[in-house]
Amino acid sequence: MVMAASETKFHVLAVDDTLIDRKLIEKLLKTSSYQVTAVDSGTKALEFLGLNNNDHHDVEVNLIITDYCMPGMTGYDLLRKIKESSSFKDIPVVTMSSDNIPSRINRCLEDGAEEFFLKPVQLSDVNKLRPHLMKRRTQTNVNKRKSMDEIVSPDRARARYNELEVK
Amino acid sequence: MEVGQMQRRLVDYTKSLFMEGFLDAQFLQLQQLQDESNPDFVVEVVSLFFDDSEKLLNDLTMALDQPNVDFKKVDAHVHQLKGSSSSIGAQRVKNACIAFRSFCEEQNIDATLRCLQQVKQEYYLVKNKLETMLRLEQQIVAAGGSIPMIELGF
Repeated sequence: MVMAASETKFHVLAVDDTLIDRKLIEKLLKTSSYQVTAVDSGTKALEFLGLNNNDHHDVEVNLIITDYCMPGMTGYDLLRKIKESSSFKDIPVVTMSSDNIPSRINRCLEDGAEEFFLKPVQLSDVNKLRPHLMKRRTQTNVNKRKSMDEIVSPDRARARYNELEVK
Repeated sequence: MEVGQMQRRLVDYTKSLFMEGFLDAQFLQLQQLQDESNPDFVVEVVSLFFDDSEKLLNDLTMALDQPNVDFKKVDAHVHQLKGSSSSIGAQRVKNACIAFRSFCEEQNIDATLRCLQQVKQEYYLVKNKLETMLRLEQQIVAAGGSIPMIELGF
């Protein structure tokens, strides 16, 4: 049973400790027809992904967009953790910051962030996400088609979290 | 006052806020994001800004009132206020925060106290203006009219 790529909305996990910015990024993403889950810390983001436990996770996240300056785990720390994880390193990560610090921007991009947005994030920035998502989806479909030939067991149903706000 | 007049008054008032630098293009973006699925989006974001700012201004007042001022803490609060004011397009508050941060870096107590006064002033000004603007919008909607979209062509 194969889902047509055009029917499924991309699911973006947004991470920002500020309520106003979380509300804004969520609206920007929903306006662009993405499914959004917004959390207020890197720790919660990892929990949502299922990184902190060894159980099977039924969450599919297609992109992570995270603020840089957050107490505890910064957006950069989160980026590193994602890229060091065998399960999640292929999820594209985008970082954002209200401060325009070139060394910070370069470090994120060098360590695996696809884009770095300066806040306040605009709709034109969110439009830049689609190519990163389309590229992954095409690759995933190619891989799926290959493995479908080898697997005989039925598809495992994937739970979808619709517009969940985790505080 | 009939709806057309109210709408014109709103447009003129809103335009003046942009002209005088109280609001910048980011505020327009917020208005453009508002739609039928979320008709109170602007009001909600503005309310969050008010709550957030008032708390931060209190925290700043307390932090600067200490015998040994922790400038890192002060800077952290100002950074947050700068971020939220920037996110809603409250330009003069944002600019006041930028100046504030440079004095935090210098650890200049007199200058930072002056900056705090300046930020408070700008905040209360924009709060007043936004409340007036939102009240005008409410009156138009209550009278059965629609909120005109602002074109920044001046």
